[in-house]
Amino acid sequence: MRKAPIIITAVVAALFVLSWLLKSNGAVVDENSMSAISQGFWITLSAFLTLAVMSFLYQDNPFYKFAEHLYVGVSAAYWMCMGFWTTLVGNLVPRLSEGLSNWFEVPYVGFKPHFIIPLVFGFLLLMRLSPKGGWISRWSLAFIVGTTAGLNLPRFLSSDFISQISATFMPLLVNWQGIGSFFSDFSLSASGQFIGILSNLVVFLGVFCGIIYFFFSKEHKGAFGVASRFGIWILMITFGASFGYTVMGRISLLVGRLTFIMGDWLGLIS
Amino acid sequence: MNIFEKLSKLDRRWVFLILAVVVIIALLVDFKTPLRINKEVQSVYDFMEALEPGDYIQMSIDYDPGTIAEMHPMTYAILEQAFKKDVKVIITALSINGPGMAEKAMLDIMDSVRILYGKELVYGEDVAFLGYKPYPGIVILSMGQNYRISFPQDYYGTPVDDLPIMKGIINYDDVKGVILITGTSGVDFWISYANGRYDVELAVGLTGVMAADYYQYLRSGQIFGLMGGMLGAAEYELLVKKPGPAMEAMKVQVWAHIVIIVFIIIGNIGYFISRRKGGVS
Repeated sequence: MRKAPIIITAVVAALFVLSWLLKSNGAVVDENSMSAISQGFWITLSAFLTLAVMSFLYQDNPFYKFAEHLYVGVSAAYWMCMGFWTTLVGNLVPRLSEGLSNWFEVPYVGFKPHFIIPLVFGFLLLMRLSPKGGWISRWSLAFIVGTTAGLNLPRFLSSDFISQISATFMPLLVNWQGIGSFFSDFSLSASGQFIGILSNLVVFLGVFCGIIYFFFSKEHKGAFGVASRFGIWILMITFGASFGYTVMGRISLLVGRLTFIMGDWLGLIS
Repeated sequence: MNIFEKLSKLDRRWVFLILAVVVIIALLVDFKTPLRINKEVQSVYDFMEALEPGDYIQMSIDYDPGTIAEMHPMTYAILEQAFKKDVKVIITALSINGPGMAEKAMLDIMDSVRILYGKELVYGEDVAFLGYKPYPGIVILSMGQNYRISFPQDYYGTPVDDLPIMKGIINYDDVKGVILITGTSGVDFWISYANGRYDVELAVGLTGVMAADYYQYLRSGQIFGLMGGMLGAAEYELLVKKPGPAMEAMKVQVWAHIVIIVFIIIGNIGYFISRRKGGVS
């Protein structure tokens, strides 16, 4: 084995222990919180895991791999425990068995025979683990896919289709009282008539030209081509707004972690 | 090869390093950035301000530890505003990592309200945490009929009917509105089912990554307010006159964005110069 990885690992381990000791020494402890040693350990571990994940930005390395695998493992275990306690123990057991409800210390709701169906489907899903009986799990999957499709169809139709289309039906001349009134009361204020009309026109033209861009049965030439070009501009501006917000979101995460490292761990900021 | 072409081919690790240095310096240096309140954040604040003591709201805290930096400031600011006004809060968590976030926020704010305003909030009377249930769509639908269908007990195992705060509270009709703070796509279920089916007054606090996709629901009236990412949180902190981590982070955002914009400009100039020379097709 090469010396460099051993030395690096030893240095990191030494820094970890040093940080743990220092954080344990300076930890603020009250009677309700965890002990100083425990608090120091968790803060140090959080800081080292944060740095391990960030180290990937330089290049892939064993510390990043460790943090990644730890994250996946802990997440999977957490999800499984939550699923067991909230779905099986929380929902199923109280409706099927009084004895099991008492054993798990959850209030028994009463025997509901139709809850045997999800129990059976649950077992069928586990058949995926069997090399020969794996096909049986498709029944459960078919039920899941069918139910999801059935629930989502009216949902999308109502909130993402009808409501969104009706939201684009808007007056192109907001509060119109004639040209004279428009010019005599002309204002560039955000709540003014001019901005209202402009805003509604942008929505109308944006929707109309955006749809034209996706209409491929006619060649995009002439007036149709101009509308299509305007449509793609609208799409690009939308993607730009999304990108801007995404950058802000990612920087927020970076700020969150650096605030933790510089505040909670290193104590450089309050 | 001129300077712009060289910079456009810069190893991306230099970009990461420069960004990290700028963020660290901005965190250490104390300065203020001006903030403008957007209409969509103002409407959430106005809704909360219009509530009377004894009114009920529901808060769904559906985010993961990964988005704490953006989401916690919103949750804290709204919870504190509600508790200060003696508004009763029913908390749910419909994302699997939500319960830990919700419980911490609730306990922290109960503590800070006691210390700052001398108000001794009682769990079960002023606030209830119903906990987590899987499959948000189904849970949201069931809460429209009766909270007890999905939440016969609260997070701590107490039967919901034993909590004084839940006396007479059956479903969404008994709360003035729902404020959803989320980093998950569960917001779609809230909009479709809670607002679409039960006409619930719904405001959302979203991560920056999600925010742009939900402005359409604001215009259509399916949500009445939207707080987008850390900026939304900072605006809300400003509205409640309680500067916190989000407002503090805005100075970092400004400088980080300037760095990113500069790199985008440099990259584009390098690209166009290369294209003019025939280097890039």
